[in-house]
Amino acid sequence: MSAPTPVTDATFQTEVLNADLPVVVDIWATWCGPCKQIAPLLDQLATEYDGRVKIVKLDADQNPETVRAAGVTSIPTLGFYKNGVRTDILIGAHPKPVIAEKMEALLV
Amino acid sequence: MSNQEVELVIIGSGPAGYTAAVYAARAGLAPVVLAGSVTAGGALMTTTEVENFPGFVDGVQGPELMESMRAQAERFGARILLDDAVSVDLEGPSKVVETGAGETFRARAVILTMGSAYRKLGLPEEERLTGHGLSWCATCDGFFFREQEIVVVGGGDSAMEEALFLTRFASKVTVVHRRDEFRASRIMAQRVLDHPKIAVAWNSEVAEIIGAEKVHAVTLRDTITGAERELSATGVFVAIGHDPRSELVTGVVDTDVDGYVLVEHPSTRTNLPGVFAAGDLVDHTYRQAITAAGTGCAAAQDAQHYLSALDESTTIELETEEVFA
Repeated sequence: MSAPTPVTDATFQTEVLNADLPVVVDIWATWCGPCKQIAPLLDQLATEYDGRVKIVKLDADQNPETVRAAGVTSIPTLGFYKNGVRTDILIGAHPKPVIAEKMEALLV
Repeated sequence: MSNQEVELVIIGSGPAGYTAAVYAARAGLAPVVLAGSVTAGGALMTTTEVENFPGFVDGVQGPELMESMRAQAERFGARILLDDAVSVDLEGPSKVVETGAGETFRARAVILTMGSAYRKLGLPEEERLTGHGLSWCATCDGFFFREQEIVVVGGGDSAMEEALFLTRFASKVTVVHRRDEFRASRIMAQRVLDHPKIAVAWNSEVAEIIGAEKVHAVTLRDTITGAERELSATGVFVAIGHDPRSELVTGVVDTDVDGYVLVEHPSTRTNLPGVFAAGDLVDHTYRQAITAAGTGCAAAQDAQHYLSALDESTTIELETEEVFA
Protein backbone atom coordinates (compact mmCIF):
# COMPACT_ATOMS: atom_id res chain seq x y z
CA MET A 1 0.00 0.00 0.00
CA SER A 2 1.36 3.35 -1.04
CA ALA A 3 -0.37 6.72 -0.86
CA PRO A 4 0.35 10.05 -2.57
CA THR A 5 2.68 12.12 -0.35
CA PRO A 6 2.45 15.91 0.07
CA VAL A 7 5.05 18.22 -1.48
CA THR A 8 5.45 21.97 -1.01
CA ASP A 9 7.13 24.97 -2.66
CA ALA A 10 10.14 24.13 -0.46
CA THR A 11 10.38 20.44 -1.37
CA PHE A 12 9.28 20.57 -5.03
CA GLN A 13 12.87 20.66 -6.34
CA THR A 14 14.05 17.60 -4.40
CA GLU A 15 10.84 15.57 -4.43
CA VAL A 16 9.80 16.21 -8.05
CA LEU A 17 12.50 17.72 -10.23
CA ASN A 18 15.39 15.75 -8.74
CA ALA A 19 13.44 12.54 -8.16
CA ASP A 20 14.84 9.22 -9.37
CA LEU A 21 11.42 8.00 -10.49
CA PRO A 22 8.96 9.70 -12.84
CA VAL A 23 6.50 11.81 -10.82
CA VAL A 24 2.83 12.75 -11.11
CA VAL A 25 2.02 16.00 -9.28
CA ASP A 26 -1.62 16.37 -8.28
CA ILE A 27 -2.35 20.07 -7.80
CA TRP A 28 -5.46 20.30 -5.63
CA ALA A 29 -7.15 22.31 -2.88
CA THR A 30 -9.51 21.62 -0.01
CA TRP A 31 -12.26 23.69 -1.67
CA CYS A 32 -12.14 21.82 -4.98
CA GLY A 33 -14.90 19.20 -5.34
CA PRO A 34 -13.55 17.48 -8.47
CA CYS A 35 -10.14 17.20 -6.75
CA LYS A 36 -11.80 15.18 -4.00
CA GLN A 37 -13.60 13.11 -6.63
CA ILE A 38 -10.35 11.96 -8.25
CA ALA A 39 -8.41 11.52 -4.97
CA PRO A 40 -9.45 7.83 -4.54
CA LEU A 41 -8.30 7.08 -8.12
CA LEU A 42 -4.88 8.56 -7.36
CA ASP A 43 -4.69 6.50 -4.16
CA GLN A 44 -5.31 3.35 -6.22
CA LEU A 45 -2.79 4.36 -8.89
CA ALA A 46 -0.16 5.14 -6.24
CA THR A 47 -0.45 1.55 -5.07
CA GLU A 48 -0.55 0.07 -8.57
CA TYR A 49 2.53 2.02 -9.71
CA ASP A 50 4.42 1.73 -6.42
CA GLY A 51 8.17 1.71 -7.09
CA ARG A 52 7.70 2.74 -10.74
CA VAL A 53 5.97 6.14 -10.71
CA LYS A 54 5.68 8.40 -7.68
CA ILE A 55 2.48 10.36 -7.07
CA VAL A 56 2.64 13.51 -4.96
CA LYS A 57 0.05 16.13 -3.96
CA LEU A 58 0.57 19.88 -3.93
CA ASP A 59 -1.98 22.05 -2.11
CA ALA A 60 -2.55 25.07 -4.39
CA ASP A 61 -3.65 27.21 -1.45
CA GLN A 62 -0.42 26.74 0.48
CA ASN A 63 2.08 26.71 -2.38
CA PRO A 64 1.54 29.72 -4.65
CA GLU A 65 5.07 29.76 -6.09
CA THR A 66 4.90 26.35 -7.71
CA VAL A 67 1.36 26.98 -8.89
CA ARG A 68 2.37 30.25 -10.54
CA ALA A 69 5.49 28.74 -12.10
CA ALA A 70 3.41 25.87 -13.51
CA GLY A 71 0.91 28.36 -14.98
CA VAL A 72 -2.01 26.54 -13.39
CA THR A 73 -5.40 28.30 -13.49
CA SER A 74 -7.65 25.29 -13.14
CA ILE A 75 -7.70 22.35 -10.76
CA PRO A 76 -7.43 19.47 -10.48
CA THR A 77 -4.32 19.58 -12.67
CA LEU A 78 -1.97 16.65 -12.94
CA GLY A 79 1.60 17.37 -14.05
CA PHE A 80 3.68 14.47 -15.40
CA TYR A 81 7.43 14.83 -14.76
CA LYS A 82 10.39 12.84 -15.95
CA ASN A 83 14.06 13.71 -15.35
CA GLY A 84 13.11 17.13 -14.00
CA VAL A 85 10.98 18.09 -17.01
CA ARG A 86 7.22 18.30 -17.27
CA THR A 87 6.38 16.11 -20.24
CA ASP A 88 2.58 16.21 -20.06
CA ILE A 89 -0.33 17.79 -18.26
CA LEU A 90 -3.93 16.77 -17.59
CA ILE A 91 -6.41 19.46 -16.61
CA GLY A 92 -9.70 18.58 -14.93
CA ALA A 93 -11.09 15.35 -13.48
CA HIS A 94 -10.49 12.40 -15.80
CA PRO A 95 -11.25 8.66 -15.47
CA LYS A 96 -8.58 6.35 -14.13
CA PRO A 97 -7.64 4.78 -17.51
CA VAL A 98 -6.87 8.24 -18.94
CA ILE A 99 -4.53 8.99 -16.03
CA ALA A 100 -2.99 5.51 -16.19
CA GLU A 101 -2.25 5.91 -19.90
CA LYS A 102 -0.24 9.06 -19.22
CA MET A 103 1.60 7.29 -16.38
CA GLU A 104 2.48 4.46 -18.76
CA ALA A 105 3.93 7.03 -21.17
CA LEU A 106 6.31 8.14 -18.39
CA LEU A 107 7.70 4.60 -18.25
CA VAL A 108 8.59 4.35 -21.94
CA MET B 1 -14.31 -9.78 -14.83
CA SER B 2 -17.03 -10.42 -12.28
CA ASN B 3 -20.67 -11.05 -13.07
CA GLN B 4 -23.18 -10.35 -10.34
CA GLU B 5 -26.93 -10.79 -9.98
CA VAL B 6 -28.61 -8.04 -7.98
CA GLU B 7 -32.10 -6.66 -7.42
CA LEU B 8 -31.50 -3.03 -8.37
CA VAL B 9 -28.79 -0.95 -10.04
CA ILE B 10 -28.86 2.83 -9.73
CA ILE B 11 -26.80 4.67 -12.34
CA GLY B 12 -25.70 8.11 -11.09
CA SER B 13 -25.07 9.69 -7.72
CA GLY B 14 -26.52 13.17 -7.41
CA PRO B 15 -29.37 13.90 -5.02
CA ALA B 16 -31.69 11.71 -7.14
CA GLY B 17 -29.39 8.68 -7.18
CA TYR B 18 -28.43 8.85 -3.52
CA THR B 19 -32.01 9.43 -2.35
CA ALA B 20 -33.17 6.48 -4.46
CA ALA B 21 -30.36 4.49 -2.82
CA VAL B 22 -31.45 5.47 0.72
CA TYR B 23 -35.06 4.41 0.05
CA ALA B 24 -34.19 1.23 -1.86
CA ALA B 25 -31.64 0.21 0.77
CA ARG B 26 -34.15 0.73 3.59
CA ALA B 27 -36.58 -1.42 1.61
CA GLY B 28 -34.00 -4.21 1.72
CA LEU B 29 -33.11 -4.14 -1.98
CA ALA B 30 -29.35 -3.75 -1.36
CA PRO B 31 -28.98 -1.48 -4.40
CA VAL B 32 -25.71 -1.15 -6.30
CA VAL B 33 -25.00 2.49 -7.08
CA LEU B 34 -22.68 3.24 -10.00
CA ALA B 35 -21.67 6.63 -8.64
CA GLY B 36 -19.27 7.50 -11.45
CA SER B 37 -15.46 7.27 -11.53
CA VAL B 38 -14.93 11.03 -11.59
CA THR B 39 -18.41 12.47 -11.06
CA ALA B 40 -19.51 10.90 -7.77
CA GLY B 41 -21.83 13.23 -5.90
CA GLY B 42 -22.93 15.00 -9.08
CA ALA B 43 -23.29 18.68 -9.79
CA LEU B 44 -23.45 19.80 -6.16
CA MET B 45 -19.82 18.72 -5.73
CA THR B 46 -18.73 21.92 -7.49
CA THR B 47 -21.03 24.31 -5.64
CA THR B 48 -20.37 26.07 -2.38
CA GLU B 49 -23.18 27.09 -0.08
CA VAL B 50 -26.60 25.52 -0.71
CA GLU B 51 -29.04 27.88 0.98
CA ASN B 52 -32.35 26.38 -0.06
CA PHE B 53 -32.16 22.70 0.89
CA PRO B 54 -34.83 22.36 3.58
CA GLY B 55 -33.62 21.57 7.06
CA PHE B 56 -30.34 23.47 6.89
CA VAL B 57 -31.11 26.78 8.58
CA ASP B 58 -27.64 28.21 7.92
CA GLY B 59 -27.10 26.50 4.58
CA VAL B 60 -24.82 23.57 3.84
CA GLN B 61 -21.82 23.10 1.55
CA GLY B 62 -22.76 21.15 -1.58
CA PRO B 63 -20.00 18.51 -1.21
CA GLU B 64 -20.85 18.06 2.46
CA LEU B 65 -24.53 17.48 1.66
CA MET B 66 -23.65 14.86 -0.95
CA GLU B 67 -21.18 13.13 1.35
CA SER B 68 -23.93 12.87 3.98
CA MET B 69 -26.40 11.41 1.47
CA ARG B 70 -23.81 8.84 0.41
CA ALA B 71 -23.08 7.83 4.00
CA GLN B 72 -26.81 7.61 4.73
CA ALA B 73 -27.36 5.25 1.77
CA GLU B 74 -24.39 3.11 2.80
CA ARG B 75 -25.66 2.89 6.37
CA PHE B 76 -28.71 0.97 5.10
CA GLY B 77 -26.74 -1.35 2.87
CA ALA B 78 -26.37 0.38 -0.50
CA ARG B 79 -23.16 -0.58 -2.32
CA ILE B 80 -21.64 2.57 -3.78
CA LEU B 81 -19.06 1.99 -6.51
CA LEU B 82 -16.83 4.73 -7.96
CA ASP B 83 -17.33 3.34 -11.41
CA ASP B 84 -19.18 4.27 -14.63
CA ALA B 85 -21.86 2.41 -16.51
CA VAL B 86 -20.38 2.10 -20.00
CA SER B 87 -23.03 -0.02 -21.68
CA VAL B 88 -26.49 -1.25 -20.83
CA ASP B 89 -28.99 -3.77 -22.15
CA LEU B 90 -32.28 -2.80 -20.55
CA GLU B 91 -34.92 -4.41 -22.72
CA GLY B 92 -35.29 -7.90 -21.26
CA PRO B 93 -36.41 -8.92 -17.75
CA SER B 94 -32.75 -9.20 -16.73
CA LYS B 95 -31.08 -5.80 -17.18
CA VAL B 96 -27.37 -5.96 -17.97
CA VAL B 97 -25.12 -3.10 -16.91
CA GLU B 98 -21.41 -3.17 -17.73
CA THR B 99 -19.00 -0.89 -15.93
CA GLY B 100 -15.79 0.90 -16.85
CA ALA B 101 -13.85 -1.36 -14.47
CA GLY B 102 -15.14 -4.42 -16.34
CA GLU B 103 -17.82 -5.64 -13.94
CA THR B 104 -21.17 -6.89 -15.20
CA PHE B 105 -24.33 -6.52 -13.15
CA ARG B 106 -27.57 -8.34 -13.96
CA ALA B 107 -30.42 -6.54 -12.23
CA ARG B 108 -34.17 -7.00 -12.18
CA ALA B 109 -34.67 -3.22 -12.10
CA VAL B 110 -32.62 -0.15 -12.98
CA ILE B 111 -32.97 3.49 -11.93
CA LEU B 112 -31.41 6.06 -14.24
CA THR B 113 -30.15 9.23 -12.50
CA MET B 114 -27.25 10.36 -14.67
CA GLY B 115 -28.14 14.04 -14.25
CA SER B 116 -26.87 16.66 -16.63
CA ALA B 117 -23.60 18.07 -17.93
CA TYR B 118 -22.46 21.66 -18.46
CA ARG B 119 -23.55 23.10 -21.77
CA LYS B 120 -20.70 24.41 -23.88
CA LEU B 121 -20.60 27.68 -25.77
CA GLY B 122 -19.93 25.88 -29.06
CA LEU B 123 -16.88 27.97 -29.98
CA PRO B 124 -13.95 26.38 -31.82
CA GLU B 125 -11.39 27.74 -29.30
CA GLU B 126 -13.30 26.33 -26.33
CA GLU B 127 -11.40 23.10 -25.93
CA ARG B 128 -7.99 24.68 -26.49
CA LEU B 129 -8.55 27.33 -23.82
CA THR B 130 -10.25 25.13 -21.21
CA GLY B 131 -8.00 25.21 -18.17
CA HIS B 132 -6.14 28.20 -19.61
CA GLY B 133 -8.55 30.87 -18.46
CA LEU B 134 -11.78 29.20 -19.56
CA SER B 135 -13.52 27.34 -16.75
CA TRP B 136 -16.77 25.62 -15.80
CA CYS B 137 -16.08 25.59 -12.07
CA ALA B 138 -15.86 28.87 -10.19
CA THR B 139 -15.32 27.16 -6.85
CA CYS B 140 -12.34 25.24 -8.26
CA ASP B 141 -10.66 27.93 -10.30
CA GLY B 142 -11.75 31.36 -9.00
CA PHE B 143 -8.77 31.35 -6.63
CA PHE B 144 -6.34 31.59 -9.56
CA PHE B 145 -7.81 34.89 -10.79
CA ARG B 146 -7.00 37.13 -7.84
CA GLU B 147 -7.23 40.84 -8.73
CA GLN B 148 -8.04 40.00 -12.34
CA GLU B 149 -11.00 40.78 -14.60
CA ILE B 150 -13.44 37.94 -15.08
CA VAL B 151 -16.39 37.30 -17.37
CA VAL B 152 -19.29 35.06 -16.34
CA VAL B 153 -21.57 33.89 -19.14
CA GLY B 154 -25.20 33.11 -18.30
CA GLY B 155 -28.33 34.47 -16.67
CA GLY B 156 -29.62 31.72 -14.38
CA ASP B 157 -29.04 30.95 -10.72
CA SER B 158 -25.78 29.11 -11.45
CA ALA B 159 -24.39 32.15 -13.26
CA MET B 160 -25.44 34.42 -10.38
CA GLU B 161 -23.84 32.12 -7.83
CA GLU B 162 -20.61 31.94 -9.81
CA ALA B 163 -20.48 35.72 -10.31
CA LEU B 164 -21.04 36.40 -6.61
CA PHE B 165 -18.50 33.79 -5.57
CA LEU B 166 -15.90 35.17 -8.00
CA THR B 167 -16.12 38.68 -6.47
CA ARG B 168 -14.07 37.25 -3.59
CA PHE B 169 -11.10 37.09 -5.92
CA ALA B 170 -11.67 39.23 -9.01
CA SER B 171 -11.10 42.96 -9.33
CA LYS B 172 -14.16 43.08 -11.59
CA VAL B 173 -16.78 40.59 -12.77
CA THR B 174 -18.86 41.15 -15.91
CA VAL B 175 -21.94 38.98 -16.34
CA VAL B 176 -22.69 38.44 -20.03
CA HIS B 177 -26.31 37.60 -20.75
CA ARG B 178 -28.19 37.23 -24.03
CA ARG B 179 -31.40 38.88 -22.85
CA ASP B 180 -32.35 42.08 -21.06
CA GLU B 181 -33.27 40.39 -17.79
CA PHE B 182 -32.00 37.45 -15.77
CA ARG B 183 -33.87 34.19 -15.53
CA ALA B 184 -32.37 33.63 -12.07
CA SER B 185 -34.42 33.77 -8.86
CA ARG B 186 -35.11 37.30 -7.69
CA ILE B 187 -32.93 37.08 -4.58
CA MET B 188 -29.88 35.93 -6.55
CA ALA B 189 -30.41 38.42 -9.40
CA GLN B 190 -30.78 41.29 -6.93
CA ARG B 191 -27.54 40.36 -5.14
CA VAL B 192 -25.73 40.48 -8.48
CA LEU B 193 -27.29 43.79 -9.54
CA ASP B 194 -26.45 45.37 -6.18
CA HIS B 195 -22.85 44.16 -6.06
CA PRO B 196 -20.28 46.94 -6.52
CA LYS B 197 -17.77 44.65 -8.27
CA ILE B 198 -20.26 43.24 -10.80
CA ALA B 199 -21.23 44.82 -14.12
CA VAL B 200 -23.78 43.31 -16.52
CA ALA B 201 -23.49 43.20 -20.31
CA TRP B 202 -27.17 42.82 -21.31
CA ASN B 203 -28.25 41.51 -24.70
CA SER B 204 -24.77 40.19 -25.29
CA GLU B 205 -23.21 36.90 -26.26
CA VAL B 206 -19.63 35.72 -26.46
CA ALA B 207 -18.64 35.62 -30.13
CA GLU B 208 -15.02 34.69 -29.52
CA ILE B 209 -12.61 34.03 -26.69
CA ILE B 210 -9.30 35.64 -27.52
CA GLY B 211 -5.96 34.20 -26.46
CA ALA B 212 -3.16 32.12 -27.94
CA GLU B 213 -1.77 30.41 -24.83
CA LYS B 214 -4.32 31.75 -22.39
CA VAL B 215 -7.40 33.93 -22.33
CA HIS B 216 -6.85 37.69 -22.41
CA ALA B 217 -10.15 39.02 -23.79
CA VAL B 218 -13.54 38.14 -25.20
CA THR B 219 -15.43 39.51 -28.18
CA LEU B 220 -19.02 40.32 -27.24
CA ARG B 221 -21.74 40.52 -29.85
CA ASP B 222 -24.89 42.56 -29.22
CA THR B 223 -27.82 40.19 -29.72
CA ILE B 224 -30.02 42.99 -31.09
CA THR B 225 -27.73 45.13 -33.25
CA GLY B 226 -25.02 42.55 -33.99
CA ALA B 227 -22.35 45.09 -33.06
CA GLU B 228 -19.16 43.58 -31.67
CA ARG B 229 -16.85 44.88 -28.98
CA GLU B 230 -13.85 43.57 -27.11
CA LEU B 231 -13.79 43.19 -23.35
CA SER B 232 -10.54 42.37 -21.59
CA ALA B 233 -10.70 39.42 -19.21
CA THR B 234 -8.24 36.76 -18.11
CA GLY B 235 -10.93 34.41 -16.83
CA VAL B 236 -14.13 33.25 -18.53
CA PHE B 237 -16.58 31.17 -16.49
CA VAL B 238 -19.44 29.55 -18.38
CA ALA B 239 -22.81 28.82 -16.74
CA ILE B 240 -25.29 28.76 -19.61
CA GLY B 241 -27.18 25.69 -18.51
CA HIS B 242 -27.02 21.95 -18.71
CA ASP B 243 -27.89 19.12 -21.06
CA PRO B 244 -29.17 15.75 -19.85
CA ARG B 245 -26.57 12.97 -19.79
CA SER B 246 -28.75 10.44 -21.57
CA GLU B 247 -26.16 9.21 -24.17
CA LEU B 248 -25.96 5.83 -22.41
CA VAL B 249 -29.62 5.06 -23.12
CA THR B 250 -30.21 6.96 -26.37
CA GLY B 251 -32.34 4.92 -28.76
CA VAL B 252 -33.26 2.44 -26.02
CA VAL B 253 -35.22 4.54 -23.55
CA ASP B 254 -37.60 7.15 -24.95
CA THR B 255 -36.36 10.74 -24.70
CA ASP B 256 -37.67 14.07 -25.91
CA VAL B 257 -35.95 16.10 -28.64
CA ASP B 258 -33.59 17.68 -26.09
CA GLY B 259 -32.51 14.28 -24.75
CA TYR B 260 -34.47 14.32 -21.48
CA VAL B 261 -35.73 10.85 -20.55
CA LEU B 262 -39.51 10.60 -20.77
CA VAL B 263 -41.42 9.11 -17.83
CA GLU B 264 -45.09 8.37 -17.19
CA HIS B 265 -45.79 11.28 -14.83
CA PRO B 266 -46.48 11.28 -11.95
CA SER B 267 -44.59 7.97 -11.78
CA THR B 268 -40.92 7.56 -12.78
CA ARG B 269 -41.59 4.65 -15.18
CA THR B 270 -39.88 4.86 -18.58
CA ASN B 271 -41.13 3.06 -21.68
CA LEU B 272 -39.20 -0.05 -20.60
CA PRO B 273 -40.61 -2.25 -17.80
CA GLY B 274 -38.33 -2.23 -14.78
CA VAL B 275 -36.47 0.89 -15.88
CA PHE B 276 -37.12 4.10 -13.96
CA ALA B 277 -35.64 7.59 -14.28
CA ALA B 278 -35.35 10.55 -11.93
CA GLY B 279 -33.61 13.85 -11.27
CA ASP B 280 -32.20 16.30 -13.80
CA LEU B 281 -32.05 13.55 -16.42
CA VAL B 282 -35.85 13.89 -16.60
CA ASP B 283 -36.49 17.42 -15.41
CA HIS B 284 -36.46 20.40 -17.81
CA THR B 285 -38.13 22.70 -15.42
CA TYR B 286 -37.20 22.66 -11.76
CA ARG B 287 -33.69 21.21 -11.65
CA GLN B 288 -33.16 21.65 -7.92
CA ALA B 289 -31.40 19.36 -5.45
CA ILE B 290 -34.65 18.90 -3.57
CA THR B 291 -36.77 18.11 -6.65
CA ALA B 292 -34.13 15.62 -7.81
CA ALA B 293 -34.15 14.02 -4.36
CA GLY B 294 -37.96 13.89 -4.47
CA THR B 295 -38.09 12.07 -7.79
CA GLY B 296 -35.27 9.78 -6.66
CA CYS B 297 -37.44 8.76 -3.73
CA ALA B 298 -40.37 8.15 -6.09
CA ALA B 299 -38.19 6.02 -8.39
CA ALA B 300 -37.06 3.81 -5.50
CA GLN B 301 -40.69 3.22 -4.50
CA ASP B 302 -41.74 2.57 -8.11
CA ALA B 303 -38.90 0.05 -8.44
CA GLN B 304 -39.85 -1.58 -5.16
CA HIS B 305 -43.50 -1.99 -6.27
CA TYR B 306 -42.41 -3.31 -9.63
CA LEU B 307 -40.17 -5.93 -7.98
CA SER B 308 -42.82 -7.07 -5.50
CA ALA B 309 -45.37 -7.39 -8.32
CA LEU B 310 -42.84 -9.51 -10.21
CA ASP B 311 -42.34 -11.70 -7.12
CA GLU B 312 -46.11 -12.15 -6.69
CA SER B 313 -46.64 -13.16 -10.31
CA THR B 314 -43.71 -15.59 -10.07
CA THR B 315 -45.21 -17.12 -6.93
CA ILE B 316 -48.60 -17.50 -8.62
CA GLU B 317 -46.98 -19.14 -11.65
CA LEU B 318 -45.08 -21.54 -9.41
CA GLU B 319 -48.24 -22.43 -7.46
CA THR B 320 -50.13 -22.95 -10.69
CA GLU B 321 -47.39 -25.24 -11.94
CA GLU B 322 -47.54 -27.22 -8.71
CA VAL B 323 -51.32 -27.67 -9.00
CA PHE B 324 -51.02 -29.00 -12.52
CA ALA B 325 -47.83 -30.95 -11.96
